[in-house]
Order: sequence, then C-alpha cells, then structure tokens
Amino acid sequence: MNKRFTRILATSIAAAALVGSLGACSKGSSSSSSDGPKEITMWTHAAGNPEELAATQAIVDSYNKSSGAKAQIKVQAFPQESYNDSVVGAASAGKLPCIVDIDGPNVPNWAWAKYLAPLKLSADLSKNLPSTVAKWQGETYAVGYGDVALSMFARKSDLAAAGVRVATIEKPWTKDEFQDALTKLKALGKWDYPLDMGTAGTGEWLPYAYSPFLQSFGGDLINREDYQSADGALNGDKAVEWAKWFRGLADQGFMATKSGKDSTQDFLNNKSGLLYTGSWAGDKARAALGDELVVMPSVDLGNGPKIGGASWQWGVTSGCNNMDAAMDYLSYSLKPENVASVIKATGGIPATNEAAALIPAFAEGGANRIFMEFSRHYAVLRPETPAYPFIATEYGKAVQDILAGADPKTALDKAVKAIDANIKSNGGYKN
Amino acid sequence: MTTTQIPPSPGRRVAAPAPAAPPSKPHRRPRYLREQLSGWAMIAPAAALLLLFVFLPAILGFGLAFTNARLVSPRPVEFVGADNFVRLFTDPTFWRALLNVSYFAVVVVPVQSGLALAMALLINKKFRGVNFFRTLYFLPVVTSMVVVSLLWLFMYRKDGLINEFLSAASFGLIDGPDWLNDPATSMPAIIILSIWQAAGFHMIIWLAGLQSISGELYEAAQLDGASRWHQFRYVTWPGLRHTRTLILVTITIQALGLFDQVSVMTQGGPLDSTTTIIFEAVRSGFKQQETSYASAISLVFFVLVLLISAVQRYLTREKD
Repeated sequence: MNKRFTRILATSIAAAALVGSLGACSKGSSSSSSDGPKEITMWTHAAGNPEELAATQAIVDSYNKSSGAKAQIKVQAFPQESYNDSVVGAASAGKLPCIVDIDGPNVPNWAWAKYLAPLKLSADLSKNLPSTVAKWQGETYAVGYGDVALSMFARKSDLAAAGVRVATIEKPWTKDEFQDALTKLKALGKWDYPLDMGTAGTGEWLPYAYSPFLQSFGGDLINREDYQSADGALNGDKAVEWAKWFRGLADQGFMATKSGKDSTQDFLNNKSGLLYTGSWAGDKARAALGDELVVMPSVDLGNGPKIGGASWQWGVTSGCNNMDAAMDYLSYSLKPENVASVIKATGGIPATNEAAALIPAFAEGGANRIFMEFSRHYAVLRPETPAYPFIATEYGKAVQDILAGADPKTALDKAVKAIDANIKSNGGYKN
Repeated sequence: MTTTQIPPSPGRRVAAPAPAAPPSKPHRRPRYLREQLSGWAMIAPAAALLLLFVFLPAILGFGLAFTNARLVSPRPVEFVGADNFVRLFTDPTFWRALLNVSYFAVVVVPVQSGLALAMALLINKKFRGVNFFRTLYFLPVVTSMVVVSLLWLFMYRKDGLINEFLSAASFGLIDGPDWLNDPATSMPAIIILSIWQAAGFHMIIWLAGLQSISGELYEAAQLDGASRWHQFRYVTWPGLRHTRTLILVTITIQALGLFDQVSVMTQGGPLDSTTTIIFEAVRSGFKQQETSYASAISLVFFVLVLLISAVQRYLTREKD
C-alpha cells in the first residue's frame, strides 16, 4: 500500500511539474496578454570581456530587483566575432531577443531590415554625445552608453629627443608636420618603424580607423547627399591623394604594411614611437608609462582631424513581445551611475556629462577628458545608410590592397563599382 | 593506431552483389524481400540525414543562385535569371580565385600524396617504436586547421621562427621574406602549411593500401632476386592501384575547397594572391550579405568539382 502511495505521489508531482512548466512556457510565448511576458532576453557581444559583461549584468540585476521592474531581464552573452552572425541568424529564424546590442554603424542596416523598433524612452537623450544616438530616417533606433575616440600616443621623451612638438586640440599636426615628425623620429633609429597604425587589423577596424584620414583629405566613403553612389567621393582626386599618402607612409619606412597583432603591447614594449589607436588603450598605456605618455589628436590632413564616431549601442527588436518592459529597462540603464559603471569597465567615453562627472578620469582635468574632447570635436559618423556593412567590406579590402601595393585609383574604382552595384541592386536601400 | 592494423582483405568480394539464387522454390521470395527491406532500413538513417543536410540545402542553394536573395533585407526575393553568373564571370577576383585554387591543387596533389606515400613506406615496417612514429606523423591531422594556422601565423612573421631559423642556419646571410604579406610568397607559404597538416591523413590511407598487398608477392620477388626498387615498381605500385585513385580524388577535392588557412591567415590578401573560391563565397554570403551571389559561386564550384572528379575517374578507370 505504502509503495503504491509513493508511486502515485511521485507521478502526480511529475505531472504537476510538467503542467506547471508547460504553463510557464505558454505564458512566456504569448504576446496577447496585456502586460507581456515576465521574462525578456537581452543579447550582448561582451562574452569576451568579463569586466564589461559584469557591469552590464550588475545593471540588469539591480533593475530586476527594483520595484518598478516591468519584467525580469535575462542576459545572454556572445563572443564579439560571432555576434552579428548570431543576430542575423536569429532574425531570419524569427527568434530575436527583445533587447540587442549593435555596433553603431550597423543600426541603419538593421532598422531597414526591420529588426529594430524605434526607441520610445523616458530618458532624455538630448544631452548625449551625438555619436551615441543612432538615428535613421528621422527616428532613433539605438543608444549607447558611450563612444570611443581615435588618437595618437607617444612618449614625451621620444618627441623631445626628436625635436617634435606635442600636438594639441588647438593645434593638431598638419600633414607636413606629421611627415616631418615621422622623419625625425625615424632618424632616432630606435625602432624598426616609428609609427604603428594597427595595419594588421581586419574587419570593422579598417573603415573605422582609416576612413577618417580619407575624410580629412576631403574624400568620403559615399556621397552623403542621397547615399546612392560612392562615385567621386571614394575614387575622386582627394581619395586617390589619401591612398597615395597612406601607402607612402609604408614606402618611406614609417610603418609596417602589416603591424604586429597587438599594437598597444608593441608600443609599450618600445617597438614603435607613435601609436594610432583608440581611447580603450588609454588606461593601459597610462598605467605602464605614467606621465611619459602623451595623448595627441589625430592628424589634420586638410579638413581638420577626423575620427570615427559611434560604438556599441542598445536597441529593441521589432518582434519583441514586451516592448514596454524593454524600453523601460533601457531608460533605467541610461541613468548616469549605470552608464558610468559600464564605461569604467570598457574604457570608453561616457555619453553624458552627468556620467562623466562620476568618473574621475573624465571629470574636468581628468586624464581621459581629452578623449571626450576628441569625440566632441572630430567625430564623423560612418555613413548612416543600410549599405554601410557592404561599404565597410569593400573599403576594407581596398585599404588592404593599397597597402599591399595595388594602384590606388584602380583599387578605389573597383570598390566604387561594387558599392554602386550593390546599392542599385537593393533598390537604393529605400523601403 | 588500431586503424593501421587492417588485415589483408580478400579483394573486392565483400562489395559484390549477392549471387542471385535460382528461383526454384517459391518460398524463397519472401526472404529475398525481407533482405531488401532490411537493406533499405539500414540505409534509411544515413539517407535521411544526407537528404536533409546535403541534398536539400544544395538544391535550395542552386535555386537561390538565380534570385536576388539577401541575408539581411526587407525586400522580397525576386528571380533575376543569370545576373549573378554574368557578374561572377566578369569579376577579376573570381578568376584570380580560380587561378589560385588551380595553383594550389597542382602543387599540393602530387607533393602531398608523394610525401604521404614516402611516410607510409617508412613506417610500414616492423620495428620497435613504429607506433610512436605513426602517431608523430599523424599528429598534425588531429589538430584543428584553425589552430595550426594560428600557430604558423606566428612562425611566418617577418621576425618569426622560420625567418629566425633561416637567418641562424645561413649565419645571417638570408633575410627571410614577410611570408604571408608578400604576394610572391603568400601562396607557397599556405601550400607548405597545408601539406604538412594533411599529409598524415593520406599516409594512413596509403598504409592501409600497403598492408593489403600480400606478403607472398614480396617473398616471391625476393626469391627472384628483385631489388628494393624493382619490388616497389612491380609489386607495391600496381598493388596500390585502388588506393591511388582514392587518394587522387580526395586530395583534389580537398585542395579545391581551400578555405580555413586563408580565412585565418591572410583573408585572401595580399592583392588577392591567396583568395579562393570558397573564401569568396563566404565573404559574399556572410560579410557582404549577398546570399544569391554566394550561391552562384557555390554552384560554379560544385560543377567544377564534379567535372574534375569525373575526368579523374575516367582517367583512372579499369582499362580491361
């Protein structure tokens, strides 16, 4: 009797558990209920960056515990290299999570593909750094906690030894001064190459790092009036001039056509005198070099120094079944203290002054304040068009070919032809 | 290495169809039917998986090649005829990829199979520690190509192991090139790495072939006073006939599908000197989101492999 009773009990518990979990499932996937599901998912590319992931997770935890939480947020982290593929794969399978992070320049592409919904946040974005708010066709689709800025690092003693002036925001190096500085630095004979531009980089680094030089020369990735053609912008005289200048840096022995894997480390190990890199390397370099480190703006090649704008940002997907909670979480996460904690972890530039005030390095007079100034003065957004991912690959290939010795005009013409064909075959990327 | 201990197989008899039984008694038919059924049942799982994961995607891919499908797009898919193929055949990068793959195959097929055969002959002996060498030669094969490529990436650098070695061995006379970053040396560098990585695999196949040759033939040859070279020429080489065909076809197909090394080490550069057909397909399909164009490249690749394999099968057919 006793045995039988146990069996009945076990069976009924199992059945109850099953029904319960099925119930939870159906609740989770129903979209008709007024307040939506109680748990929504958020994807981030930060799996390879424990500090950033921990900071994000901490915001999520505090939101989940807060009394006003409209849903429980669940974080899923991916490695950066496979993140975009995962989103695209999930989108074609109709399985996107509610909240995603997006590399800034990809926002128009995803908005055009209808992956993203326009943001309706209670937070005020008007005081954000412009490059942290991603807009397309008049609507805001994503917002970031911060940005990053490209800059030039050097050692004070090297510049002094070579007799080269320290560039400042008021007076950046001109093209001729840069040439002169490299010549003098090379003459010191301390390094194989005085300059490291991170030429071993691949993927998004290529357009992010080198299209600002092109823009400083007066060229661009695409004609920005209507975003329908790259002809004249990417293969005009200015662009060819840029390509020749860039290749010339290698020809004159100023930089390697393929640098080491880790440019920052090479610089710290005294393998290069000048390092062209992003603000993310600032803390590490300062920790190693202290007051020896000078952070300088990028070079003015004719139209003022330029740097790329927009970093990783957050958006809400159009298929989200609890839009309200997703928007609520994003608004919550944009509080200055939250932004500050993530920015501290990523080494970025905080999106707002309130957040900056909470980070000593970015407060007035702080060591990293200068990156904020760079971003404010020089940032150029990568073309806000759904064609950007395609433009980026073609431009990246052109850069690599030019470095490897291809004829600049031919390489750029080829990229223009491919970009124009792509835009045309997508109906001008108009909906 | 238990795989190498294959006993001499009794020829091809296993694969021959069961001799048709004389239909003398009527009760034999159901049994024949039952055998048929169990045969199909055994094929079924593999056939279903093949259909689902190989044939179906392949057919879909062929279809996509004639449309303007995109990886990311809100626009409906339209039929565009041969547009993708016209674009493909006017793209110099595609022709360069074709040239690179041919270059790779033409070098890798003879050198790798030759090296694998030499290695197999070396270790097809009975001496102490032979398993150690078998393992040693086979080791690169079980290491992932991505890992191997990452390691060789460091070795090939301007100040990498290979150049340091060249410099030390020549007392500083040879200043090695920047292997992967020079259009003249990038493809040879990838070829050397590929041969090193995959030769062990084909060594195993050669070894299986070698061990299927009857020892009596060698004894007879020795009695006739045949030299080592003559034994190889008149016993070993003819005995490896089927193995040879198998290896020729598999190496060729593998060579045509060159991708991992390029993706990890050179991204097709410098100046398209290492780009391949598969690399172009992946680049178009995933990085550039042009699914249909990538499908067109894949379709051309498929036809190419089919043609080459057919030609090889024809040339190595049984001529009796």
